Amino acid sequence: MSQEKPPETPEPSSIRLVLTLALAGLFSGAAIIGIYEVTLPTITINKARELREAVFKVIPGVSQMQKLVVKDGKLVATTTTEKGEQPVYGGYDAQGGFVGYAIPGAGPGFQDTIAVLYGYKPDHKLVVGMEILESRETPGLGDKIYKDAEFVANFDALSIEPEIIPVKKGKKSAPNEVDIITGASISSKAVVRIINETHTAWSARFPQPGSEPSLIESEQPVEEAK
Amino acid sequence: MADNQNEAYEAFIKGIWRDNPVFVQVLGMCPMLAVTNSAINAVAMGGATLFVLVGSSILVSSLKQWIPKQVRISGYIIIIATFVTVADYTLLALVPKVHKELGAFIPLIVANCMILGRQEAFASRNTVRLAVMDALGMSGGFMIALFSLGAIREILGNGSLFGVDLFGEYFEPWVIMVLPPGGFLTLGLILLFFNWVAQQKDKFVEQVAEAERVEADG
Repeated sequence: MSQEKPPETPEPSSIRLVLTLALAGLFSGAAIIGIYEVTLPTITINKARELREAVFKVIPGVSQMQKLVVKDGKLVATTTTEKGEQPVYGGYDAQGGFVGYAIPGAGPGFQDTIAVLYGYKPDHKLVVGMEILESRETPGLGDKIYKDAEFVANFDALSIEPEIIPVKKGKKSAPNEVDIITGASISSKAVVRIINETHTAWSARFPQPGSEPSLIESEQPVEEAK
Repeated sequence: MADNQNEAYEAFIKGIWRDNPVFVQVLGMCPMLAVTNSAINAVAMGGATLFVLVGSSILVSSLKQWIPKQVRISGYIIIIATFVTVADYTLLALVPKVHKELGAFIPLIVANCMILGRQEAFASRNTVRLAVMDALGMSGGFMIALFSLGAIREILGNGSLFGVDLFGEYFEPWVIMVLPPGGFLTLGLILLFFNWVAQQKDKFVEQVAEAERVEADG
């Protein structure tokens, strides 16, 4: 064997042990901050693109979107990002007509927080789509909340009044019931609970159907000939 | 200490075959069973592990004089955890889809006992060059194991490889293979095969020895 025996040294002082680990922690921290700073811009861009794609997915028939926040008790469009804001996203068709809201919500799942985005049409009081933005549910079981197309399809035209009720698989009979996934009941019930809670929080803040904030600017500004 | 070409080759090749971390040492079972439901996940996991193992082996073997042996395990873990975090953010920035699939298993590379095991058993006692060869061999062997499991499970369970459809519409996917039981089944069968090969080899060696003895007697 080619083992290089470390030289027998006397017992090092505890100060040396503490210093070694402190130094290791310092370098480690610096390396982690470095990689965080380097990757942050790309990650932010990726997240923004993902969100845009998710909004278009949960509200069918949408081709433009804008961010909406509650300001002085009124829902208004915004383009800036503020700390601690709780935005929803308005989806508009090609002519700029309002189609529906995409509402992000989050809550505890089986392992960790599940972040959900769902599409809501206020004029029909219907959930029209659901997408899981973030989750660390058990691979193979809990992750069916976004991998199981049948479960996701539950949310394509789901009545939300008075609330969504999770039922055993195959027992769905009313328009406000959702078939939960066998083997992932905690995760799938969590999704339903998150949507219910988010809806309760938001429904009072939405304006009357028909008076939603209109699209203030085109998402992709058309370069007109000058 | 004879640090020659042969020794470096030996350090590399033992991880690929004779001491394969998965098929022979049966280490790193958590990622092995959890993320091998498709070939691309298996390769991404293997790549992340390779990066972490090579990086931490280099650091551990070059810093070995300065790490007091009383705190060596915590030192190794700090080094490993740093590389894992770097791999985590890099994957998140470059391939967000794969990162979403691997999810919780990237941070769990820290707990992969194959990595800490190599630091303690090899990198902390050998030169940087040998440690790199050893790390490359071990993570190469790990990658081969992950890939073979991932490929078998994706082909049987989904009818595709790297997301490319192989059989067309006549294939009925064997769904159990991409689910957790499929991982255990496939791994069990592969381990069976490896042990069978080892047994056959022993038998063959014995037979040759027997034949030689008979020849010498006769």
